[in-house]
Amino acid sequence: MDKEHWTHIIKARSGWFDMQLSRLWDFRDLIFIFVKRDFSAIYKQTILGPTWHLVQPLMSSFIFSFTFAYIAKISTGGIPPILFYMSGIVPWSYFSDCTNRTAGTFISNAGMFGKVYFPRLIAPISVVISNLIKFCIQFVLFLVILIFYLFNDNEGVHPNLCVLFTPVLLSVMAILGMGIGLIVTSMTIRYRDLMNLVGFGVQLLMYLSPVIFPISMWPEKIRWIIYANPMTAIIETFRFGFLGTGTFDGFQLLYSVCVSFLIFFIGILVFNRVEKNFIDTI
Amino acid sequence: MKVNGNVVIRAENISKLYRLGMIGSSTVVDDLSHIWNRIRGKSETLETNSKFNNKEDLWALKDINFEVKQGEVLGIIGRNGAGKSTLLKIISQITQPTSGEIRINGKVASLLEVGTGFHPELSGRDNIFLNGSILGMRKNEIKNKFDEIVDFSGVEKFIDTPVKRYSSGMYVRLAFAVAAHLEPEILIVDEVLAVGDAEFQNKCIGKMKDVSGQGRTVLFVSHNMGAVKSLCSKGLLLENGKIKYSNDDVNEVIKRYFKKKNDQEGQFTSGRYSNWEKVVIKEVTIRNQHDQITESFHIGDDLIIDLKFIAEEEVTSPHIGIAITWQSGAVSGADTMYDGTRTSTFKKGENILRLTFQKLPLLPNEYFLGIAMRTADGKTPLMESKTIGRFGIITRMKELGMDGTLAEEIAEQAVSPFIPYKWDFGDGNVQEFNILSKVKR
Repeated sequence: MDKEHWTHIIKARSGWFDMQLSRLWDFRDLIFIFVKRDFSAIYKQTILGPTWHLVQPLMSSFIFSFTFAYIAKISTGGIPPILFYMSGIVPWSYFSDCTNRTAGTFISNAGMFGKVYFPRLIAPISVVISNLIKFCIQFVLFLVILIFYLFNDNEGVHPNLCVLFTPVLLSVMAILGMGIGLIVTSMTIRYRDLMNLVGFGVQLLMYLSPVIFPISMWPEKIRWIIYANPMTAIIETFRFGFLGTGTFDGFQLLYSVCVSFLIFFIGILVFNRVEKNFIDTI
Repeated sequence: MKVNGNVVIRAENISKLYRLGMIGSSTVVDDLSHIWNRIRGKSETLETNSKFNNKEDLWALKDINFEVKQGEVLGIIGRNGAGKSTLLKIISQITQPTSGEIRINGKVASLLEVGTGFHPELSGRDNIFLNGSILGMRKNEIKNKFDEIVDFSGVEKFIDTPVKRYSSGMYVRLAFAVAAHLEPEILIVDEVLAVGDAEFQNKCIGKMKDVSGQGRTVLFVSHNMGAVKSLCSKGLLLENGKIKYSNDDVNEVIKRYFKKKNDQEGQFTSGRYSNWEKVVIKEVTIRNQHDQITESFHIGDDLIIDLKFIAEEEVTSPHIGIAITWQSGAVSGADTMYDGTRTSTFKKGENILRLTFQKLPLLPNEYFLGIAMRTADGKTPLMESKTIGRFGIITRMKELGMDGTLAEEIAEQAVSPFIPYKWDFGDGNVQEFNILSKVKR
């Protein structure tokens, strides 16, 4: 044989765009096994099990209703406060879980990554998927409460065809959350401090979105801040679709999609660059 | 020259640099100035950047070249820090080389640890799937082999119990069972046999022999020379990140590994350990009955230990013990508190002592020599007890007619109870002990 065939070549440096996506496909089973592990391991030896997923959005919605709607008397536009806040919290927590957990990819998996090779992107992808299960559980809770209010003749709630956007919104949130998380996790190798900042940062971002305060409450002058947040259009569209309050703005949504893809793309590039040697530094 | 097509791993000039000073210590300012320099087009190379001082650079590997053909079992040996693990990490794609290239042909699975990714809360069953997938198996593959894996591990009763309730032995057995059922074209194994009990280790080595028997290529790193000897066809000796020696006959490589090396490698400790020591070892030499200085011995050779030591003051008839130990503790030894020898008085200054262990009945393995000295009343130590040397028995059991499939492994777990020995204090005071010759039959 004068021409040798090699299945793989390990080199000192590979290019920015050398992603080896085909290897991701080879390991596709691992994604679902990680998802299963996440889901079954967290609630071992708990009494409530996965129902814990319901407690968090319910509690947050009650607290928000009490503090913002009841005490601070912030208008929810005729929508029952519980429903209003939950329609923000449920999608928001999907985004924030994706971001926070992806941001911890390298640090929390360092032990495993140091001992075995598999495409590192498997870890964040499985995080996004396992959070989706959590989202679905919370979403069902939201629907139950929504239906309850619909049948108890609340004239403020008007679901409309915009609900069909839901899968798009979810994908955009997944991509955005993962993108931010990938950038952060790539940087945590050098600067561990970011790990502490990311949770805080995501929370801050929530106050700059319509989760709590309707956009109409923002002074015109600084409204651009809330519009700059790519999550704004997503929360707003979700809420408009299910409750019929707020606005649906196609341009805003397109802006969110573009920003999310851009961040995702940068995240993948940076992550791919860093993953090959991170174990020497971490 | 083009080598024929069945080379499955070819490493060319592999080097790996670790910048010790850099890890974790760089600040945002450093990084920003680094980026700023790059933007301005200032070339900032390793050599010119004073921040990354050469002193703190460590070449874990330097210009490594080797080839492995299909079906070969390559044993990679070397002292701690020689670069073995770094090399395996590069081949396993856990980290990248700093320069050089490795070409690989075939699916690689690496076992740098058993039970990677095991989740304590999950059952043995779930963990088989988890660990198997992490190691690169498809789900169906695991399903098909599930019964075999469980059977091999011997934990079928507890397969639905969370692994956090397993004993450490069960845990390791289950983990190895998964690994043993991988079917890659190239298998990379690091030191995993160091865990588990003797019986299980034998099972593992047997399994690995099967793997290599099926025409698959194995790279094996171990400190256990018996395992290396019985598994590997070819050997590679690493020292300080470079290939010191390689040979298609693994025995030659093992011999080289046991050859006496310079003191700085740490096994031969001379000099003062603590301030209170009254006796300080100056030099230790180990030779065989042919007066050759060596660290590799055959069964039946004499082991002659020559000690030069400095006594701070005159010591009357101290007690001396020299022990032969191996990884699991003491094997045998000579001790004046045991045999009742009245030793010569150490004069102030340099003294010599020769101890000969006669006709070593030790089985192939790596052994260490330890020493301790006490005053005549046995109450006060004269020095800290310490390791003063090491040696290997490199005879192959097969040469002695032991032909069983596990001859080398079983020999490695056996210990002999008594070795005849003789003291000689260099002043005509010679005493010999051989209980076997005194046994009346």
